[in-house]
Amino acid sequence: MQTIDLTLQIWRQKNSDAPGDFETYTLNDISTDMSFLEMLDFLNENLTLQGQEPVAFDHDCREGICGMCGAMVNGIAHGPEPETTLCQLHMRHFSSGDTLVIEPFRSRAFPVKRDLVIDRSALDRIIQAGGYISVNTGGAPDANTIAIPSRTAELAMDAAACIGCGACVASCPNGAAMLFTGAKISQLSLLPQGQPERKERAMAMVMAMDKEGFGNCSNERECEAVCPKAISIRHIARMNREYLRASFSEE
Amino acid sequence: MKLHSHIPPGPLAQKWDHHRLTSGLISPANRRKFRIIVVGTGLAGTSAAATLAEQGYQVSAFCIQDSPRRAHSISAQGGINAAKNYPNDGDSVLRLFQDTIKGGDFRAREANVYRLAQISNGIIDQCVAQGVPFAREYGGTLANRSFGGSQVSRTFYARGQTGQQLLLGAYGALSRQIKAGRVTMLPRREMLELVVIDGCARGIVTRNLINGDLENHPADAVILATGGYGNAYFLSTNASSNATAILRAWKAGAGFANPCFVQIHPTCIPAQGTYQSKLTLMSESLRNDGRVWIPKIVGDRRDPTAIPENERDYYLEEKYPRFGNLVPRDVASRNAKEQCDAGRGVGETGHAVYLDFSSAIERDGAAVILKKYSNLFQMYQRITTSDPLQRPMLIAPAVHYTMGGLWVDYNLMTTIPGLFAIGECNFSDHGANRLGASALMQGLADGYFIIGTSIAHYLSANPPGYVTPQHVEFLEAQKNAYDRTQRLLRNNSRITGKKTTVTTMHRELGSLLWHHCGMSRNRAGLEQALTRIPELREAFWDQVCVPGIGHELNQSLERAGRVADFIDCAEIMLHDALAREESCGCHLREESQTEEHEARRDDAHYAHVSVWEYKGEDKPPMMHKEPLLFKDVNLSQRSYT
Repeated sequence: MQTIDLTLQIWRQKNSDAPGDFETYTLNDISTDMSFLEMLDFLNENLTLQGQEPVAFDHDCREGICGMCGAMVNGIAHGPEPETTLCQLHMRHFSSGDTLVIEPFRSRAFPVKRDLVIDRSALDRIIQAGGYISVNTGGAPDANTIAIPSRTAELAMDAAACIGCGACVASCPNGAAMLFTGAKISQLSLLPQGQPERKERAMAMVMAMDKEGFGNCSNERECEAVCPKAISIRHIARMNREYLRASFSEE
Repeated sequence: MKLHSHIPPGPLAQKWDHHRLTSGLISPANRRKFRIIVVGTGLAGTSAAATLAEQGYQVSAFCIQDSPRRAHSISAQGGINAAKNYPNDGDSVLRLFQDTIKGGDFRAREANVYRLAQISNGIIDQCVAQGVPFAREYGGTLANRSFGGSQVSRTFYARGQTGQQLLLGAYGALSRQIKAGRVTMLPRREMLELVVIDGCARGIVTRNLINGDLENHPADAVILATGGYGNAYFLSTNASSNATAILRAWKAGAGFANPCFVQIHPTCIPAQGTYQSKLTLMSESLRNDGRVWIPKIVGDRRDPTAIPENERDYYLEEKYPRFGNLVPRDVASRNAKEQCDAGRGVGETGHAVYLDFSSAIERDGAAVILKKYSNLFQMYQRITTSDPLQRPMLIAPAVHYTMGGLWVDYNLMTTIPGLFAIGECNFSDHGANRLGASALMQGLADGYFIIGTSIAHYLSANPPGYVTPQHVEFLEAQKNAYDRTQRLLRNNSRITGKKTTVTTMHRELGSLLWHHCGMSRNRAGLEQALTRIPELREAFWDQVCVPGIGHELNQSLERAGRVADFIDCAEIMLHDALAREESCGCHLREESQTEEHEARRDDAHYAHVSVWEYKGEDKPPMMHKEPLLFKDVNLSQRSYT
């Protein structure tokens, strides 16, 4: 087993109202097979035994699919590896002696709750504004009634792969949630089932996004670069077209 | 404890129709007078909350995560079964029913499983209507693949992310109801107490995980959808799902059915070190194209690619020619364990076997294989640094799913009136072994299509608005929750001789269960483990140090509470495993095997559901039996050869 020693500078903040600051920890004998979160577990075990308070961080599936984990590592959301969530980032990508600066995803719309834990409910509210097809349970037609070209289904799936982690927002200089919102609008506008509410959905979701205090897109492409699911900014372009189409045809 | 399964009369195929006809109803205008609590927002909870709100009830939904889109259903990879028979390969409702009953080794109720098979098709229709991007054929129709334990292709999938897409579909439906004001969504809440008043479930007490507040939530009915208890083993493929809610329900009087029925999934990435926090599943769908093998020569340490074809032992294909690599999970896991126990395993620890895609790549080309499994291959490579296109995967069995859970009747109601359990946290449909791609089916069947009927039936006899949050039972429950929290925190200021962490205790518990209550069990081991539990419990309460205070975001405190409950949960599992002196489904009872060392089921003595009743602290739980009657399937020893 290979091990490395690291210096960690971690954002510590007691709660939303308290001021926060970086604290420095030295952590030795980190197995390179550990995931980043397991490295934090290891640090927390040490802190607990030393009578200190462990670092709070969100995590759930640890398989890169639930979107719960995430932090900035040396200024990059989810760390340096492309298409990787923090839980799937392994310590073999770092070298002994490295200093890692670890801080929460930052955005006006994501208040810090404690240490690396943030409140991303603004993203939920964007979905609530219209990120669905309004169909009640029961009474759906047979699943094969409408044929959907394989290519269309795959394109929709590319967009639907979004895990809602918020890395796109944290990486955008404008704090925009356009990749997140665009992905959902795109998925549903590509599918025949999404057509009846297409215009209302685009208008409502964009409005919700603005209301939550997210910024606008200025084609920096930072979101795409850090997205763990490689969601393309083409979906932002499609969202913009959907929005324009809807605003021109509004009654 | 009385166990009335309430299975409707009449022929199997008409039971569900009959049941819906005879169940009570609540008129649309009256539904808004009732409040229903749903705990947990995985597939079962989310679909239930959305559906009940659509029907007009007031719903409060709770989850421990920051958003209802995160629950562990999201990690389900391979797919969801349905008896659509789109591939025209001989499937039917009856066949899905039979496969599921047989796959569960005849330890599930016929009527429940048949209903599940009947409902399966409607789930696919519903999800497509929601915009779930299932995989499609070039002509635009839905694509299918096969899973273990069946000889037809009935599994619908969205790449290797089926669970994610189904959950996001349900999350969309839930979001729509939140927007409409019919669902109050309460994320970052953990249920710490169930409140039972005059014999009926009347609400819950939760801890707000952000500020530590204890909150009272009265309701007219409570639905638990809190997942399985596989994390009792410490290492499992589960995320943060835990046993706390079902343990509270158990202690409040709900029966716990078949607690020892735990599924060990054959294809997981092997554990690498003691720091490891969880195991990662590699979907069963990989066994459609991957071939399981080990070197014929014991101790052959050559690189797998250097071992020629004739020196490889494809033991599953050899032993089970009809099903080959797609035998059910329990069979695949047990065979892997057998090979490894015989010293024939591979990998660093010798606890793994190979899953090889080279034949499939040769046959179909790498592009075709990648189209089906790219995200799984990437995940494997990211964790292990080895490329499955170049070298076979190393896989090992790991705890994955708990078939056991709260006992429920045909209405999915527990032994506490007004308390329902849906999805993995009930015991209802999978017997002693769950077939692949059936968990998603069950979660959504329960949530979208069954619970609505059950809730209406229950509420039709129970007037709304029975209690307030100030009711004395609520105050009592809140005090219990508070005391328990304080007890967990006491070592923070108390000087104890030996200090330990929650994780250390959890790891110890997990190791105990894995070795004595895993794939293979025997009396001596189980009895020994049972004597260890009180020692572990004492050590836990005496030595565990939980930093911080109760009135803040305190993840150590959350974990400590869950591990304390896992210890209690483990005790019931061990009692149940000890009492079931037969091999069946996922576990081999060493005293009950054939001369060829195959599992021997004992229908004469164990064709029943064992239901455990809580009798108080320091008292052993009491077992009740619900006999299982099979009229529409023949009880046969399973054979996949």
